[in-house]
Amino acid sequence: MSKTTFSLGGVHPSDVKIAREKAIEVLPLPQTVYISMAQHLGAPATPCVAVGDQVKAGQVIAEPSGFISAFVHSSVSGTVKSIGARKDLSGKDMTHIEIAVEGDEWVEGVDLSDTLVTDIPQDKAAVLEKIKACGVVGLGGATFPTHVKLNPAPGSKAECLIINAAECEPYLTCDYRIMLEKTKEILVGAAIMQMVLGGCKTVIGVEDNKPEAIAAFKSAIKELGYQGMEVLPLKKKYPQGGEKQLIDAVMKRQVKSGGLPISVGAVVQNVATALAVYEAVQKNKPLVTNTMTVTGDCLPESGLHNYLFRIGMPLSYIAEYAGGIPSDAAKIISGGPMMGKAISNMDACTVKGSSSLLYLSEKTTKRQSEGSCIRCGKCADACPMGLEPFLLNRLYKVSDMDALEQNAVQDCIECGCCLYSCPAFIPLLDYIRQAKGQVMGIMRARAAAAKAAAESKTENK
Amino acid sequence: MMTTTIIWTIVILSGLGLLLALVLFFIAKKFKVEEDPRIDEVEAVMPGANCGGCGFAGCRAFADAAVKAPNLDNNYCPVGGNEVMKKVAGILGYEVKEKAPQVAVVRCNGTCENRPRTNVYDGASSCKVKAALYFGDTGCQWGCLGCGDCVAACQFGALSMDPVTGLPVVDESKCTACGSCVKACPKGVIELRNKGPRGMRVFVSCVNRDKGAVARKACIASCIGCGKCVKTCSNEAITVENNLAYIDFAKCKLCKKCVEACPTGSIHAVNFPIIKKKEENNE
Repeated sequence: MSKTTFSLGGVHPSDVKIAREKAIEVLPLPQTVYISMAQHLGAPATPCVAVGDQVKAGQVIAEPSGFISAFVHSSVSGTVKSIGARKDLSGKDMTHIEIAVEGDEWVEGVDLSDTLVTDIPQDKAAVLEKIKACGVVGLGGATFPTHVKLNPAPGSKAECLIINAAECEPYLTCDYRIMLEKTKEILVGAAIMQMVLGGCKTVIGVEDNKPEAIAAFKSAIKELGYQGMEVLPLKKKYPQGGEKQLIDAVMKRQVKSGGLPISVGAVVQNVATALAVYEAVQKNKPLVTNTMTVTGDCLPESGLHNYLFRIGMPLSYIAEYAGGIPSDAAKIISGGPMMGKAISNMDACTVKGSSSLLYLSEKTTKRQSEGSCIRCGKCADACPMGLEPFLLNRLYKVSDMDALEQNAVQDCIECGCCLYSCPAFIPLLDYIRQAKGQVMGIMRARAAAAKAAAESKTENK
Repeated sequence: MMTTTIIWTIVILSGLGLLLALVLFFIAKKFKVEEDPRIDEVEAVMPGANCGGCGFAGCRAFADAAVKAPNLDNNYCPVGGNEVMKKVAGILGYEVKEKAPQVAVVRCNGTCENRPRTNVYDGASSCKVKAALYFGDTGCQWGCLGCGDCVAACQFGALSMDPVTGLPVVDESKCTACGSCVKACPKGVIELRNKGPRGMRVFVSCVNRDKGAVARKACIASCIGCGKCVKTCSNEAITVENNLAYIDFAKCKLCKKCVEACPTGSIHAVNFPIIKKKEENNE
């Protein structure tokens, strides 16, 4: 069988998954953790503890403050020291709860053992409630609250649950490690989501540079005897892990501009999310831990790690524990090298969606000076959304918002393929991201105005 | 044979031309757009920079709006200033409210010396992009980002980046106070302030709203919100809000007491004849 992949664009960066053989290690607890209130897409959570309170690991410390929002739990046991503004990864102020660690006591009912629980509860509403109460969010990057995604609007039906095991970003190996070490847990998590969605087909999409994971999934499915669940090896291409790209690769369907995956009958969940769902539903364990990779081209073999971390650990603490920041690291990135964010503040703390600490040398990461566009069209060839980045860039420079909207700048997934492929080193994505933000703002304002107009009309009647 | 063809051609073409000219003449008469002739007159006295500083798309749009408006209260050309507005008022027979001439003021002290760089930014050279990505390459998240969006926005060549300080410099002789730079700055560092008598003005050259210690750590010349200036000011021109002092230029009497009182030197007094005094002292 020839392997499948998404149809449009994409690039082939070298995968350099150098930390793939490193088993997951558990990080020891630091003295203090700082837990951010903005660990998910949507409105930041509202703290519900006070300074001086004693908290246990797994206890709710902040409540959602909107429909698209999530619970935040304490990742450690100890005393709440302060609640206040602290700089996040990009140096912007965000409310954090500071907790001084004392021992490691968990709230009652959390099963911390390794025993696999395969009996799946059949009450959909109860399962969704549990996922919500445990603060599970999508761990593929966007941190969208999972209970919202698993509860599609009435009238739309999920035909296929896609488990995103592509891990298409170079360097990152934390998803790969959990696929090997927690294979069955992930599958049980997938089966729970399958049940919630009404027993649709489940496809696990794995890129073919992880043959061990493919084999592990295949044998585990056989062992667990799951029906309607299959592993689909995908031809390696970035950004395979993009939601719309993965739907295209697996189902051969395209989500139209502005549409949600559910409009073509698809629900995409990351492997790490499947594991979090398993832990939440079967073990009552809220999402307070996740795995991350410490890697990079300026680290020695012994400096590469895959860690199980608790949320709220300062990055500087993790870097210190892993052996310090290498002297020739020119850039430290949180996330993959393609979509990750350069860290300018090492005092920032891990959040639910943290996936890596990546040290890159000047040679691999330094941007070249910008040249002139010769309209070679490489960016348009590389764009997985079928956009024309060179055109969008020019339209942004002259602030033509109408034309930008017509050319679908709002569909940009910010994967960085255009920037990666540009032979003139034009920072296309930097400008397009700005343009996208402005156009989305205009679109939202228009939608809000239309809604207000419709409301006043009905009121007048 | 040949001559008749030529004659017929001339006759037909001339006739056609005459006919169409008549049609056009009557249509132009019938559908004539009545336009106030004063719009043209007003446009003629405008500076013609089409900078948009008045809030309209260009000088013609401003002239149109000024003619249609009942008075000139909401229409003011910052580039032309009082002189042009007097002419406009003369054409339209309105009264004009004189406005004090203004100038763009960069309120940031974060030179490379005062505000050490904490990281290296190598993304797109645009303040807007930089501001959207993170807090900037210094410890101060409020101040100038130094990529020169304001310089690019200025249509009068009044702004330039100082390579030594990394901050934009306003050429007061060229600045027309159109406000393009104010809109272009994502950090709100630039403000339009009254030019003051002989260009003399006093202002707080900082926009840092962090608490004193945090602000000081990021930049040694930042406003720490200590309030000393408020106490020294006898005109109640200074207010401190969110750890940041602000001098109301309408109330300031240019006594410069606050300049001396400021412990960080974040209050600047410009165009005062200080330099002469210093030279005398040196002699």
